[in-house]
Amino acid sequence: MSLLELSNLDVAYGDLPALSDVSLAVEAGETLSVVGANGSGKTTMLRTISGLLRPRRGEVRFEGERIDRLPCHRVVERGVVHVPEGRKVFPSLAVRENLELGSYPRAARAHRADSLERVFSLFPRLRERAGQAAGTLSGGEQQMLAIGRALMARPTLLMLDEPSLGLAPLIVTEIFRTIDAIHRAGVTVLLVEQNTRQALALSRRGYVLENGRVVLVGTGAELLGNEHVKRAYLGM
Amino acid sequence: MFSLDLLLQAVVSGVLLGGVYGLVASGLSLIFGVLRIINFAHGAVMMLAMYATYWLFALLHVDPYLSIVVTGPAFFLLGMLIQRVVIEPNRFAAEHNQLLLTLGLALFLENLALVLWQGDFRTVRPAYANASFTLGEALVEVPRLVACAGAVVMALALFGFLRLTDVGKAIRALAEEPEGAMLMGIDVGRIRAVAFGIGAGCVAVAGALVTPFFYVAPDVGESFNIMAFVVVVLGGMGNFVGALLGGFIVGLAESLGATALPGSLKQLVVFALFVLVLLFRPAGLFGGGRGR
Ligand SMILES: Nc1ncnc2c1ncn2[C@@H]1O[C@H](COP(=O)(O)OP(=O)(O)O)[C@@H](O)[C@H]1O
Ligand SMILES: [Mg+2]
Repeated sequence: MSLLELSNLDVAYGDLPALSDVSLAVEAGETLSVVGANGSGKTTMLRTISGLLRPRRGEVRFEGERIDRLPCHRVVERGVVHVPEGRKVFPSLAVRENLELGSYPRAARAHRADSLERVFSLFPRLRERAGQAAGTLSGGEQQMLAIGRALMARPTLLMLDEPSLGLAPLIVTEIFRTIDAIHRAGVTVLLVEQNTRQALALSRRGYVLENGRVVLVGTGAELLGNEHVKRAYLGM
Repeated sequence: MFSLDLLLQAVVSGVLLGGVYGLVASGLSLIFGVLRIINFAHGAVMMLAMYATYWLFALLHVDPYLSIVVTGPAFFLLGMLIQRVVIEPNRFAAEHNQLLLTLGLALFLENLALVLWQGDFRTVRPAYANASFTLGEALVEVPRLVACAGAVVMALALFGFLRLTDVGKAIRALAEEPEGAMLMGIDVGRIRAVAFGIGAGCVAVAGALVTPFFYVAPDVGESFNIMAFVVVVLGGMGNFVGALLGGFIVGLAESLGATALPGSLKQLVVFALFVLVLLFRPAGLFGGGRGR
């Protein structure tokens, strides 16, 4: 049994299909990437998993149980935590308050002090800025905060939507290194990226999404060597 | 006609009522911040709380201030119920329909009160109702002073609650970034109900605080509702500190207007202020509002 399984998912906005017949499996302990161009349906997929959107058809299973009819907060309580595109931190709340809200679910609340210490040691910059309003942070710091906030929930599966978007190359490298560290600490990672090369290099396996359909599946290395991927996504 | 004594008296009266406006407006602002609706039924809820205070006093001789320990929690629950039954099912309705919904609710509650208790003015006059002292040349009525102090304490307690508790932080998070809040595992439906409940609780406390020097009638909440609306616009939609400060400004504007202008024009100053703010500072005087 896979940790997370999407089977034959159809998702649409009104009459416009965004995902068609998408099936995908995330194995416990792996880092899996979903890559694809802008508009290919990556965000739609994560939003469906976390309960922000409802599928027209198909199902989402986590640890064998269906989660596609659960409200968002129940999905989080089960250990599926989503770092959204654009970060969505709470701008007027302090960095520390943002992190505390990450451990809002009861089970996570019991470990709040512990989790906070771990997040601060992963992102020392957040400790320095703990009292500052999140809106005053730089883009890179906000991304760290969004990831740190998600870790406060003690996820089994961490889903990241384009964490490198709009960040300087040096910061991107730092973010990818952190994702790897989170994975090595035992968290299963589902990474959605347009930064195809770095995402696939980090991942055990990858999926390529085009126009809402899965067109390729393989190991990270296989996909990096694939002719279509090279031409369409790596500019080679 | 415009002596210094009169001016001082107007300032005292304005400040004292301003604190109450601040509390009423804090509740309205909280509801707006979280639910993105303007609750036109806010004043009607206050009216119901004033009747509750009246009946507790008339039938059971419960002191109006003491009755708050009953009416506060009861109206918190009533607010949650109203949100769940009336507001939440229409959450995705068009904005103008949601406005009509709270307006309709206000009319319903006012007419209900009219049917149940007729239109007569009722009053609650405990022994201390006429207690007063002089401050310089100004007369300070003790019940008004208590109302102001109580309202400020309640508003500060609300402020502390929003700052310090998990539910309070969840309320602020939901007001700022609804999707972010959902992804944090916050049950946003429950938080919306709690926010509405707190708003109703605040206005109920305000209602109890004013009954010793006000009258009780089915339409008594209307003027408070309008004043609170002006305060919220002044203070910035969804800005809680702004609501409290705005309350004092509107209270002062109203009582200075009443002193300087003939009776029928007394609210001119308040509404002139309202229009000027809308024209020149639409985000509110203090700029921190998060209106959309
Ligand atoms: N809120 C929305 N309403 C309507 N269409 C949308 C909405 N969000 C995304 N879409 C459409 O769905 C498709 C997939 O978008 P998205 O999942 O955001 O792709 P990606 O994250 O890969 O860029 C696109 O065609 C996009 O225009
Ligand atoms: Mg996207």
